[in-house]
Amino acid sequence: MLFQNLMDYMGVERSRLHFSWISSSEATKFVDVVKEVTAAVKALGPNRNFAKTMAKVA
Amino acid sequence: MLSYINNIREISERILKEGLVDMVIGFQQGTVPMMNEPCIIKHAGDVNRLVWDSNCGINLASYLTNRKEKIGVIAKGCDARNIIVHITENKITRDQLYIIGVPCKGMIDRHKISLLFAKEITEVVENDGDIIAKGPGAEKIFARPDVMQPNCVVCIHRNPVVYDELAAEPVEEQKDVDRYEDVRRIEAMAPAEKWKFFEDLLALCIRCYACRNVCPLCYCPTCFVDNSSPQWLGKSQDPVDVRTFHFLRAFHCAGRCTDCGACERACPVGINMRLLTKKLEKDCLEKFGWTPGLSVEQRRPLDTYRPDDPDDFIK
Repeated sequence: MLFQNLMDYMGVERSRLHFSWISSSEATKFVDVVKEVTAAVKALGPNRNFAKTMAKVA
Repeated sequence: MLSYINNIREISERILKEGLVDMVIGFQQGTVPMMNEPCIIKHAGDVNRLVWDSNCGINLASYLTNRKEKIGVIAKGCDARNIIVHITENKITRDQLYIIGVPCKGMIDRHKISLLFAKEITEVVENDGDIIAKGPGAEKIFARPDVMQPNCVVCIHRNPVVYDELAAEPVEEQKDVDRYEDVRRIEAMAPAEKWKFFEDLLALCIRCYACRNVCPLCYCPTCFVDNSSPQWLGKSQDPVDVRTFHFLRAFHCAGRCTDCGACERACPVGINMRLLTKKLEKDCLEKFGWTPGLSVEQRRPLDTYRPDDPDDFIK
C-alpha cells in the first residue's frame, strides 16, 4: 500500500498497479482479476514515461 | 545552543576518563564554513576538538552501525530517534551506548545561506538570534528562523527521546506545526503534473549518492544501486534511472525515516528529496499510526502484522 501510494505520488496512475491474493484453486477469481487489470490498464493507455530517451552507453 | 559545548566537553571528558566508553562521536570544526564534520574522540585530552553550533546537521547515528565498542554519542532529537531505529534493527545495542542528549533549536540551512549570500562565504558566526555570514568585502546578517533547515522548521521532536545525560535543559517543542503541507500539495496534482513536478525536482541530480551515504538508514553492505549482478538499476543519467533511484531509495526508508534532513543537507545541488520520504512518513502515520524512532519496544509497520492493518488495496 505504501508502495502504491508512493507510485501514485510520483505520477504513476494508481490503477496501473494491482495487488491480489489468489489461491491456486481459485481459477475463476484469477480470470476475473486478470480481466480487470487489463481493462484498467487499457483504459489508461500506454505509459511512455518510463521509456528511456538517452542514448545507451556500455 | 552555543553554550552547550562546555557541558558536552565536560561529559565527554568524564565518561572517557571513567572508562564508561571507548570513544565519543561528536562534531569538530569543518574545513569550510557551515560544514562541521563528525569526529571520533578516543582520549579525554582531545575533547576540546568537539564543537557545537547550528552546523551540526549530519546525523551521527550513521557512525554507529555494527560497532563493537562502547560509544558515547552526541544526539540531537533526530539523532536520538535514529539511534532507536538502529537499536530496533540490531545494528547496535543500547548497553553499548552512552547517549549525550542535546536539545536542539534547529540547524541552519547551508544551501539557503549560500543562495542568499550569492558570494563566497569564508566565515559564518552565530549568536543567539542571528547568523552572520562573512565573505570577501561583504557581510550579511540573517535572522535565525529565516535560514533554518526546512526539516527543522517542521520538527516536532527537538528533544532527544532517549539519553543517558542531557547537555542542557530541554527546549520547548514546536506546537501546531503542519508537517505535510508540501506533500498534500503534490497529492492534489493530476498524474501528469506529478510526473512533471518530480522530473523538474530531480533534473539536477548527478547521481553522486551523497544522500544515500549520509543517511543513517542506508547501511546495507551492498546498496541496490551498486549491485551489478543482478543490476537492479541503470547507471545512466537518464531521467528514468535517476527517478528510479530516488523512488527506491525513499521506499527503503519507509517507516524508518525520522526526517533528520541529512540527505537534503548533503545534496550538492540542493534537491529536496525529503518530499518523497515525507510522503511515506505521512502514510505511515495516517494508515498505521506510526512515528519512527520513538520507542525501542515497537516494531515498524512493514515488519509486523496486525489484524487491523489497512488492506483495501488488495483484491
